[in-house]
Amino acid sequence: MTVEATAAHAREPMPAKPKPSRMLASLMFEGMSTGFAILALLLLAGIIVALTIASWPSIRAFGLDFLTSSEWNPPAERFGALIPIYGTVVSSLIALIIAVPVSFGIALFLTELSPTWLRRPLGTAIELLAAVPSIVFGMWGLLVFAPIFAKYVQPALAATLGKLPLIGALFNGPPLGIGLLSAGFILAIMIIPYIASVMRDVFEVTPVMLKESAYGLGCTTWEVMYRVVLPYTKTGVVGGVMLGLGRALGETMAVTFVIGNSNFLSSASLFMPGNSITSALANEFAEAGPGLHTSALMELGLVLFVITLIVLACSKLLLARLSSHEGGR
Amino acid sequence: MDLKTRRKLTNKIALTLSIGTMAFGLFWLAWILWTVLELGIGGLSLSLFTEMTPPPGAENGGLLNAIVGSLILVGTGTAIGAPIGILAGVYLAEYGRTTIFGKVTRFVNDLLLSAPSIVIGLFVYALIVANTGKFSAFSGALALALLVIPIVIRTTENMLMLVPGTLREAAFALGAPKHVVITRVTLRAARSGVVTGVLLAVARIAGETAPLLFTSLSNQFWSVSMSEPIASLPVTIFQFAMSPFEDWQRLAWAGVLLITLGVLGLNIIARVALRSEKLS
Repeated sequence: MTVEATAAHAREPMPAKPKPSRMLASLMFEGMSTGFAILALLLLAGIIVALTIASWPSIRAFGLDFLTSSEWNPPAERFGALIPIYGTVVSSLIALIIAVPVSFGIALFLTELSPTWLRRPLGTAIELLAAVPSIVFGMWGLLVFAPIFAKYVQPALAATLGKLPLIGALFNGPPLGIGLLSAGFILAIMIIPYIASVMRDVFEVTPVMLKESAYGLGCTTWEVMYRVVLPYTKTGVVGGVMLGLGRALGETMAVTFVIGNSNFLSSASLFMPGNSITSALANEFAEAGPGLHTSALMELGLVLFVITLIVLACSKLLLARLSSHEGGR
Repeated sequence: MDLKTRRKLTNKIALTLSIGTMAFGLFWLAWILWTVLELGIGGLSLSLFTEMTPPPGAENGGLLNAIVGSLILVGTGTAIGAPIGILAGVYLAEYGRTTIFGKVTRFVNDLLLSAPSIVIGLFVYALIVANTGKFSAFSGALALALLVIPIVIRTTENMLMLVPGTLREAAFALGAPKHVVITRVTLRAARSGVVTGVLLAVARIAGETAPLLFTSLSNQFWSVSMSEPIASLPVTIFQFAMSPFEDWQRLAWAGVLLITLGVLGLNIIARVALRSEKLS
């Protein structure tokens, strides 16, 4: 196809000297594409500025108390973001604790164990998991997963982990099916594809020579992965984990369905319903009265945006470091 | 147990666990797809495509206005976002490949690619809805367009980077100005890759709910006006799934089936198109 294109192009007579109209067209084209690139750059700045302006009344009214107060009381116009922030952080951490080892296993399977003909279909299947819209995860999570989770998994957790000293308190309470733990679990399923595909990609760039040398010394597959490939790619792996974390922090619909949407936190138990920044926004924003309530929700959005940007920037920088050190070899 | 047996045992356990994690990942995909098929097919009927969303408690009803609304929103969002994304991608690959501005834009674009979509909704709300004083289909389409742009920039740039430099040099040697080289040679050579990027972007925004919640809102009635609130499949599913009415939940499952089939179908088409292009 490319050959055709050039051939057709070659038949067209070309003026020896560029005509002024062509020069103009060329400049206009360059100007337009540059303009749109600037637009993409301004978008980020625009989001931060617009959200800051919109949340200014709330920033002025509450200052830093906004981040440390747990009172969220629209009628009294008292707003503190501690509970949504806690929910977002805790559910994302649960997601990472589950998703990181699973993703590592999947990447290990796809790069070392799977027969070659199965690699592509299995890799695609895992990537399709990322393509499933989050509202589907949400509805499935609330109506199908949560009842089963409450009936079988939560009592089992309470009977085992719940009996342990220290962490026992996390796994006690009524098995409701919805709550921080369920939200974290569903987030884990949603971010596994992102982490696994980054891990697979960075494992694949490990020089074959390095792996074969280790095999030549008599290492087992596990030792090659854990002692050679993983240390070699660790910046990339951490970058992938951060990417997954960024996704988990900003995920909205699935979390809104299963987190329970409660603005009160009475115990440390992960079985209890909570709230996340995104679910507070999804539930309250359209109904919020103008003024301080809207402004406080805007500030929540700003906090979320800044946290995810920091996490994603770390992820990108780590991944870039891996590829530059690869190029320098 | 001597060292050799222990190492072999560790290896065996680790590899078994690895197979287990793969099965774990596939299990959820299979379970979700099975649920969606099972419950969604039960809600499928002709009236789904011919009737409006029902009021609370009413029997029957369909999703016609939501389906049409989704098509309008996704169509407009893509029509605004794709050209901007393609041209900005052209800039990154052809003009600003090594400039500092190009590098910064690329970095920022990668951040926007994974930024929470609900924040885009807040941004458009602050920009348009708060100023005009009402929710509108246009603001929803704009929010979707802002999600399309980073995806299309990324794929367009990647695909243009794959076009060999010799092709450009050959065109330049014939005396073609740069914009002709780009539009007639490099973009044409990367055409299927760029189209794939747009398809993936469409697949991504078709299932997006969060940015529509405070921009296009929803509408129980038939509306195709860009300045009025408009119904969309994801937002309708969200409202119906959370409701206590069984009829509404049935409709929501049917909607979920439509969206899942559409999104996964687009993804598979895009992947197949890209793969056949790479092989040729």
